[in-house]
Amino acid sequence: MADDIFKALADPTRRTILDELAERPGQTLFEICARLSMKHELAMSRQAVSQHLAVLEAAGLVESRREGRYKFHDLNTAPLRHIAERWTRPDEGETTP
Amino acid sequence: MRIHLTSVFVDDQDKALRFYTDVLGFVKKTEVPIGEDRWLTVVSPEEPEGTELLLEPSGHPAVKPYREALVNDGIPVTAFAVDDVRAEYERLRGHGVRFTQEPLEMGPVTTAVFDDTCGNLIQIMHQA
Repeated sequence: MADDIFKALADPTRRTILDELAERPGQTLFEICARLSMKHELAMSRQAVSQHLAVLEAAGLVESRREGRYKFHDLNTAPLRHIAERWTRPDEGETTP
Repeated sequence: MRIHLTSVFVDDQDKALRFYTDVLGFVKKTEVPIGEDRWLTVVSPEEPEGTELLLEPSGHPAVKPYREALVNDGIPVTAFAVDDVRAEYERLRGHGVRFTQEPLEMGPVTTAVFDDTCGNLIQIMHQA
């Protein structure tokens, strides 16, 4: 699972997709593509964006849900906690600045 | 060469005519019976002689999977120009129209995407 997360985060386009989903949850594939091309000048096919989303979904960082005929994507930050906790020393456990 | 006519497939021509006129604000231009269906077009009241939109019956077997795949991914079949996307978004939402993409400002272009209730997603846009 951790390997999937690191692999998913290793790609700058996928990090940009996560940034955009953090800004607004519940995006269609079309909206994600529009944001990548217009805001970030990342020109790529919808199929390529679909594949990036599939990698993010496999890592649990993106969840897709159906509402009737539509499909929306949301960010899920829960898997990132495992990474954040992985190298945390016990005495630093619950303290927050 | 100019674009004289473009079309959207609609599940039901009567329902589509109501949505495209009563809700969106287009006006009916031509209505000619052809078999069970009609040659049914609407135009913008701002451009009565402009491009006509044909409300074309969606009975062909290729239409259903084509449209389902587009709607699933949020891809609009066509785009209409408006003066102010956000104002139009509020107006249409008041009519109960469902948006799959809220107004999104991307540099000089603002867009939004809604469901036309006849089987399609439609994009509205304006340029600053």
